[in-house]
Amino acid sequence: MNTIIFRTIAPFLVAIMVVFSVFVLLRGHNEPGGGFIGGLIAASAIAIYGIAAGVSEVRKALKIDPLAIAGFGLFIAGLAGLLSLGAEAPFLTGLWTYFEIGNAKVALSSVLIFDIGVYLVVLGTISAIALALEENEEGE
Amino acid sequence: METEIVKETLVLPKAMIEVATSAADWLVILPVVLALLASALLLMLRSTTRGQAVFAILVVMAIIVIEVQLLLKILELGPQSMTMGKWLPPFGISFSVDVIGASFALAGAIVTLVVLLYVQADIAKREVKYGFYSLVLLMLAGVSGAFMTGDLFNLYVWFEVMLISSFGLIIMGGRKLQLDGAIKYGFLNFLATSFFLAALGFIYGLMGTLNMADIAIVAADAPAGPLAAIGALLLLAFGMKAAAFPVNAWLPASYHTPHPAVSALFGGLLTKVGVYALLRTLVVLMPSAREFLDPLITILAVATLILAPLGALSQINLRRAIGFFLIGGVGAVLAGLAMPSMRGLAGASIYVFHSMLTIAALYLVAGLIERMSGTDDTRKMGGIYNASSMMSILFLVLIFAIAGLPPFLGFWPKLLLIEAGLGQADSVLVVALVLNSFLTVIAGTRLWSHIFWRNGREGKNSEQLNDRLKPLSKKDKWFGIAPTSILVVLIVWFGLFPNSVIDASRTAAADLLYPERYIQSTGLALDVEEDDLEVSQ
Amino acid sequence: MEFALAALVGLFFATAIYLLLSKAVIRMLLGIAILGNAVNLLIFTAGRLTREIPPIVPQGQKQLIEPFANPLPQALILTAIVIGFALFTFLLVLGYRAYQELDADDTDTMRIAEPENAPRPPLSY
Repeated sequence: MNTIIFRTIAPFLVAIMVVFSVFVLLRGHNEPGGGFIGGLIAASAIAIYGIAAGVSEVRKALKIDPLAIAGFGLFIAGLAGLLSLGAEAPFLTGLWTYFEIGNAKVALSSVLIFDIGVYLVVLGTISAIALALEENEEGE
Repeated sequence: METEIVKETLVLPKAMIEVATSAADWLVILPVVLALLASALLLMLRSTTRGQAVFAILVVMAIIVIEVQLLLKILELGPQSMTMGKWLPPFGISFSVDVIGASFALAGAIVTLVVLLYVQADIAKREVKYGFYSLVLLMLAGVSGAFMTGDLFNLYVWFEVMLISSFGLIIMGGRKLQLDGAIKYGFLNFLATSFFLAALGFIYGLMGTLNMADIAIVAADAPAGPLAAIGALLLLAFGMKAAAFPVNAWLPASYHTPHPAVSALFGGLLTKVGVYALLRTLVVLMPSAREFLDPLITILAVATLILAPLGALSQINLRRAIGFFLIGGVGAVLAGLAMPSMRGLAGASIYVFHSMLTIAALYLVAGLIERMSGTDDTRKMGGIYNASSMMSILFLVLIFAIAGLPPFLGFWPKLLLIEAGLGQADSVLVVALVLNSFLTVIAGTRLWSHIFWRNGREGKNSEQLNDRLKPLSKKDKWFGIAPTSILVVLIVWFGLFPNSVIDASRTAAADLLYPERYIQSTGLALDVEEDDLEVSQ
Repeated sequence: MEFALAALVGLFFATAIYLLLSKAVIRMLLGIAILGNAVNLLIFTAGRLTREIPPIVPQGQKQLIEPFANPLPQALILTAIVIGFALFTFLLVLGYRAYQELDADDTDTMRIAEPENAPRPPLSY
């Protein structure tokens, strides 16, 4: 697996995959896509980087413990649901607000925050599992 | 977003809730949300060990306060519901809480609080970093969610939340013994939830809905054959979760392996969710399937009631013996399920409540005994009465409570169940219930006399003192005995003054037998009536 | 079509149960994986089959146009797959650890928690 070609290409591949995962996350708003798939793509990018550069390298690059990322994601997803407390609506009701930047109308919603939370949860847990398994292999 | 683009007017049926939700309605969902958010926060800050314990304890206390309020509100006004995301049920996922849901969730939170206090005596920094508090809160969220949800698929999700957190807890420490137990626990519980999921598939295929209140309406007209098959599958799945005979083997294989506090948490919370799900699905949702399965449930109840204390009699491992007492309790609840009268169901619901508190307390005392004697073998424990008479009292009270002797809480549900059996002339169940109490007293008092009454270890003269006993440190006394005593005081208090519990259980049983109030709380039955009115006009 | 899928579900269940009855942990893991797929396929079939019409609201429309595939079982399965995946990875790692630590893939030799021929408690005090 650890050929020079792979090691050279991996960083570029990882960068593209992470950007693509964010694109999929935002696209999931009205079209197929969303936080879950986006998170999976990002996690597989991290797994690829782990194979190419080694797990310790990935941990250094991530700076934060993957499970902490997952915890943060769960936290903001829960908070997004709690926002509707202020709007006299049940838990997890989607709230929308619009504002304009130049000519473009931008829609912001609690759904988006929730989806980002899902993205982070998936990214965190899957990469934690992947890194743990890769570490196991390296140990032998 | 594109309201301007679509010109034609659409005629859509009403799908959204238009009434404003007041902050008071949030009582239904807050216990779960708080536990989930706190768990996420602690997972995020895993590496900072300071303050985690205090934060977790405060959160669980807040949850207890909220659940007490919720229970009082339900007792006064009837079941409470909230449907997520403003969607009308059955489209949105409902949380519907009636008396049994709220009271079991409350008992679960109390047990969690006691366990959190108990671990303060000996928790290592490594275990905090591992995420102990986060996992405990996640488990509490899963258990409360399971007790409170009004949607079957959501129930499945909470089951899995519980399962994931319990996996984490059971292997915490990573001893070989734990790995062995975790393999059996993991495989069989995963199998049980898979069967539950398969039953969900059938339910959706047959009735086209997964909202519990909606199923209760639709199942009344569903064909009997498939309904009975679904009921049987649910009985297998939840019976496995609850550790009923003959699918109970995983429990005595695994519950004695983790830290005693984790055992207490599992014993107090996990099997009870399986039992609760049986009551909810077979009594409320599909009474006709329950009627069909009635002979089978009776056999299972009798077998569980009698075989479990016999299992306890043959154990030399203290916590394994307690595991068998726990299984015996499941038999008592199954007996209630086999006699779905007001008395039978009231007895079953009090039994679950009592068993959550008592079994957890028993595991906690067992943990202290193991800590003092440095072994899990009851033959080598003798002489603890000399070292700590307080513990011997706690243990004996708990044994009597489990067996169902007055004046402890365990007496009342047994009494109600036996009354129900006599009322229905169901002599087999009555005999089994009495025999269970009898055998449990024998097994329990024998444990007591081996551990406390004997002066020394087995094989030595009785006068020879056990010199390997370590006296409890001050920390152990404060964080070990004091929290356990809270549970024991509750058990004695409710045993001496059972009126409030029995009144609540009557309401609970009525809501289980006649779920109209439960269905109405979600807003479903009212719609049906409106439709009927339109048709008749 | 329903018939074929129903037969497939039955086949999956049979395979899964056969593998689960094995003594080797690795076979049981495979059985669990297949069982998960069997259950998911079962939910999918129970939700009625509609071919080749994804339940996606077209551009410019406010709702789905009939006929369309039932989206609910798909959502249920997605959730179940995710959860099943998480639990399966846990069991996989657990099985691997058990293989390393207990040096056993055979469940018959895993008797640390439940010792074979454990002594009985004494009959006297």
